[in-house]
Amino acid sequence: MADKRTSIDDIVSELRSGMTIGIGGWGSRRKPMALVRALCRSDLQDLTVVAYGGPDVGLLCATGKVRKVVCGFVTLDSIALDPHWRAARQRGKVEVMEVDEGMFFQGLQAAAWRVPFLPTRAGLGSDVLRINPDLRLIRSPYGAASPYTHDPADADVELVAMPALHLDAALVHTNRADGAGNAQILSPDPFFDALFLGAADRRFVTTEHVVPNGTLAEEGPLSAVVIHRLLTDGVAEAPHGAHFTANPPDYGRDEVFQKEYAASANDPAEWDAFSARYVFVSDDEYEAHVRERMTA
Amino acid sequence: MTEPSLERAGATLPCTRAESCVIACADVWRDAGEVMASPFGTIPSLGARLAKLTFAPDLVLTDGEAALMVGAPPLTARPADLVREAAMPYRTVFDVVWSGRRHIMMMASQIDREGNQNISAIGDHRHPKVQLVGVRGAPGNSVNHPTSYWVPDHTVRTFVEHVDVVSGVGYARAAAAGPGASRFHDVRRVVSNLGVFDFETPERTMRLRSYHPGVSVEDIVAATGFTLAIPPDVAETRLPTPEELDLLRNVLDPGSLRDREVKS
Repeated sequence: MADKRTSIDDIVSELRSGMTIGIGGWGSRRKPMALVRALCRSDLQDLTVVAYGGPDVGLLCATGKVRKVVCGFVTLDSIALDPHWRAARQRGKVEVMEVDEGMFFQGLQAAAWRVPFLPTRAGLGSDVLRINPDLRLIRSPYGAASPYTHDPADADVELVAMPALHLDAALVHTNRADGAGNAQILSPDPFFDALFLGAADRRFVTTEHVVPNGTLAEEGPLSAVVIHRLLTDGVAEAPHGAHFTANPPDYGRDEVFQKEYAASANDPAEWDAFSARYVFVSDDEYEAHVRERMTA
Repeated sequence: MTEPSLERAGATLPCTRAESCVIACADVWRDAGEVMASPFGTIPSLGARLAKLTFAPDLVLTDGEAALMVGAPPLTARPADLVREAAMPYRTVFDVVWSGRRHIMMMASQIDREGNQNISAIGDHRHPKVQLVGVRGAPGNSVNHPTSYWVPDHTVRTFVEHVDVVSGVGYARAAAAGPGASRFHDVRRVVSNLGVFDFETPERTMRLRSYHPGVSVEDIVAATGFTLAIPPDVAETRLPTPEELDLLRNVLDPGSLRDREVKS
């Protein structure tokens, strides 16, 4: 059986400028932040980031890595809006494909199922269709006379054809994983991480702790192993790798740190200080700075 | 317990403005039956819990994370003290949204006469003057299940003739988009810090349903950037019952978080 253990640096070395990269988690919850910081430090550029957006989007925008974002929102949860995202948008620095968050789910699902689109009511009548002029509608081929038309109101109905959101690479963070590429989410919501991986060509998991193959059931329920090894190419151990986003039961959101992160959008000097201390540093230095802060 | 009271135009009001807003929000879920109530904001959250504790016991509330919770605990209850009855991760929330068994109360940075809502951006979407949170689930919610809105700061900047980016879909646009959009479209009500609004006119445009105690119809007209339908017999928002006031003040929100969202 293949040993898929790798490192964050090796994962980043497999990515290329211009790629479309999906990032798991939701808002400021269980984001692969150690990997995101490594992207920020890399020489990658012109990325298209596909995410239920949180500080992953904000940090990548603030470090100039992003050409385009595909999202339904960007939020820090306890802070309604990521100010780095707001600043990037208001400066006109980033393109956006903004869609309903359910359409987004269907786009990932379509990619994972290898179909070009999935139909949905979501988006009809809204400006999602105006601000994304390449989105198309699809008319149901089942008319009133069709034996498959359960409800006449659905005969010939016109729906949004949400296109597949195909990813060059997907990056997610889990609570536990094994070297074979199975990964366990002990947090209450697995979000869409397995779907991000399913929609991607190259699939990478960072995790709090790598355990031997066959022992994930000792860490928590097997039903929490929602990512199986058919969905993964590489697994990197990254303890505290979702900090400062919430990753229960291992740790909650670091709200004080998140406030610092948000405040660093206020002016260039604050951002320079924040990024010099917390972004353009190794993971060991990052951890040391986070610890210093807590004991200060 | 100190009884909050308000002096206005010589009359003493039996409840605060925030409490009127909670009652108006609670009434949004009256007769909703067994549906998921998804309130955004402090006052809608209190309204949903109050409704569940009184006239809408079958309402389904989430813990704000990924589970359904039993009962209607105080707003400040610690996560460890919540009792949960089922898992409700986001993947499952979409199943509920698209099945229609939900009545959400979202916030609106802008709302217009036809019931379009904006939480995406102010100005041109390509170069926003102000970037907001994003359309979130508003497009899908508004064409799949009953949707109401909460606007804690009713002004001509929030109640506008036309919103800048249609996130939640209003009546005229749902009709124009055809039965795929209009079949389950139901923008039910708008509650603001000044009054309650619905779309029960022949043209499905916004109508004043009631004004909160202490607010005049003229106040509302002056704070609204379009022409409201105003029925000749429009009445005051109903007062809370003694039981409701007791639950609100002494059980659900003894720390008066409601007053931080709407000042009296």
